[in-house]
Amino acid sequence: MFREVQTVCPFCGVGCRMTLRVLGGRVEWVYPAEVGVNEGKLCIKGWCAHEFIHHPDRLARPLLREDRGKEFEVGSWDLALSRIQQSLSVVLEETGPESVAFLSSAKCTNEDNYALQKFARAVVGTPHIDHCARL
Amino acid sequence: MVGLTTAFGSGAMTNSIAELEDADVLLVVGSNTTEQHPLIGRRILRAVRDKDRTLIVVDPRRIDLVEFARLHLQNYPGTDIAVINGLLHVILREGMEDVDFIQDRTEGFAELREMVMAYTPERVEEISGVSVDRLVEAAHLFGHAKRGAIVYAMGVTQHVSGTDTVLALANLAMATGNVGRRSTGVNPLRGQNNVQGACDMGCLPNVYPGYQDVEDPDVRAFFQKAWETDRLPATSGLTLCEMTDAILEGKIRWLFIMGENPVLSDPDSEHVRKALDKLDFLVVQDIFLSETAQMAHVVLPGASFAEKDGTFTSTERRVQRIRKAVEPLGMARSEWRVIGELARRMGYSRMNWKSPQEVFREIARVTPIYRGISYERLEGEGIQWPCPHETHPGTPFLHKEGFARGRGRFVPVEAVPLVEPPDEAYPMTLITGRILFHFHTGTLTRRSPTLNAQAEEAFVEINPRDAAILGVRQGQMVKLKSRRGSLRVKAHITDRIPQNMVFLPFHFAEAAANRLTLRQLDPKSKIPELKACAVRVDA
Repeated sequence: MFREVQTVCPFCGVGCRMTLRVLGGRVEWVYPAEVGVNEGKLCIKGWCAHEFIHHPDRLARPLLREDRGKEFEVGSWDLALSRIQQSLSVVLEETGPESVAFLSSAKCTNEDNYALQKFARAVVGTPHIDHCARL
Repeated sequence: MVGLTTAFGSGAMTNSIAELEDADVLLVVGSNTTEQHPLIGRRILRAVRDKDRTLIVVDPRRIDLVEFARLHLQNYPGTDIAVINGLLHVILREGMEDVDFIQDRTEGFAELREMVMAYTPERVEEISGVSVDRLVEAAHLFGHAKRGAIVYAMGVTQHVSGTDTVLALANLAMATGNVGRRSTGVNPLRGQNNVQGACDMGCLPNVYPGYQDVEDPDVRAFFQKAWETDRLPATSGLTLCEMTDAILEGKIRWLFIMGENPVLSDPDSEHVRKALDKLDFLVVQDIFLSETAQMAHVVLPGASFAEKDGTFTSTERRVQRIRKAVEPLGMARSEWRVIGELARRMGYSRMNWKSPQEVFREIARVTPIYRGISYERLEGEGIQWPCPHETHPGTPFLHKEGFARGRGRFVPVEAVPLVEPPDEAYPMTLITGRILFHFHTGTLTRRSPTLNAQAEEAFVEINPRDAAILGVRQGQMVKLKSRRGSLRVKAHITDRIPQNMVFLPFHFAEAAANRLTLRQLDPKSKIPELKACAVRVDA
């Protein structure tokens, strides 16, 4: 039997409410929720919102490389995060926080966005944080 | 954002989506609503068909909404300001303005009146191509509306004159008293699910969460204490397009990109590629190996919307819960968790959140417009900010008693020409945009078999008369060339697009519209002129 999970469409800014039907650890169907601004309807993009979730192209592991000329290699989170932390520390020491910048996402949650700007300002101390609202 | 903030003191959609149906007159500018925001488009159609409301569309293309409009003001690209000033000209000339509203709630009206005097319908026709009769009729319809609502989208903002166009729309709304009441207002439709939220959270270089000015010493002191840090910068930072230039100048060396694809979404792709290529270190977190991620040193697998709990804030300022349906794929992780872990590794302990709910509690503590919102309260239909305390019901429309900035401010704005008008070498104007079946750079929707079956490949709309002159047949490959680059794409011959213009959707990496577009920025909002540039078409 499937489970139903109430959520919000990931595409445009209208904020349509949708129900995801989950079977065997996969989102198999999307239905419009009865409540909400969309009044029990979805557009064709919304009806297809589950089709990218389990797509074979999804990134499943961190990818790392020493330099751009080289191929990516699969690595652990620990390795990826320590590589990020090391390079960030080097740049901060050499040229200071203003040489570091962050681009946040209009596709991520409020919690993700809050976390990134807090990291930029409180941890790194750079003023350079933006996202694609302008585009 | 900048435009509405200047005029009203707040940059968000003033009213609610459901209210649009009960406006007597709906003025839709630069929004292909039925394709880009279909469930708002549906309400507009219902307003017209079932409730007999009047629709006026301002757009260079004969978009689907035009079928339902009383009037289509089919202007040349980049001439919205002239049209809006023309509407104001007629409204003021014939005394249709709301004298009480102007006197009680606004400032700067005298300067506006003086400036729009020059925008006679005859002059507006010359600039915009909209006939005198149509402009005057539209002014009568909007000027006499009891509840007039303005809706706009990226067709307005993605021009160097974008901020000024928003100011012109705010002038029109205030002059006719159409702000601060149900079913009125100035309503920007956000293109992405959580643009509103990303702005609200302070992912902008000039504001902390809740639009608190980064250069205000009191605000800075508050966050210094709340976040227990002494590192907070004292000035505004660079915007996205300015960052690209700073990278090329060697000033920015290290960049973290979360869930965005600037290589495709930003103007002049080559310029962006060059910049990303120059970085000492690039980190990208995304759910797919996007064109941008392919340029990174480290790529982190992110969690999709179905794999995490959290909140999105919709275009009508409605904060809503999203819920985890399945475990993140493979080793993918939610972004807030990854950033929290990185903070810990950098020696900072105030981001050790255990759950998104814990993050949200912190958001509510430091963000006055979200203060009364909690996950418990979001179990229903969501809450529209501002919601200043725990029993506040939220705010369906803004500026009811007064404007966020006190008095509404009229800012006279002049029409400006396109950055790159057509000329002999590049005689046509390229308009960029989206189509119903795909979303943004296509990272998500082009992986959907159903959507790809509907629209599998890129195309360019060409007017039948232009096609005849160029000798182009339906479905033939043509070459589009601008001063920045060129691409080949299939011709779709249709009279949706007027003569001397072509329309190219930007979803398709193999015919990426932004290889052709301009980088010139609106001086106020820093939004690039993505919507129009000069091109030539060769068969």
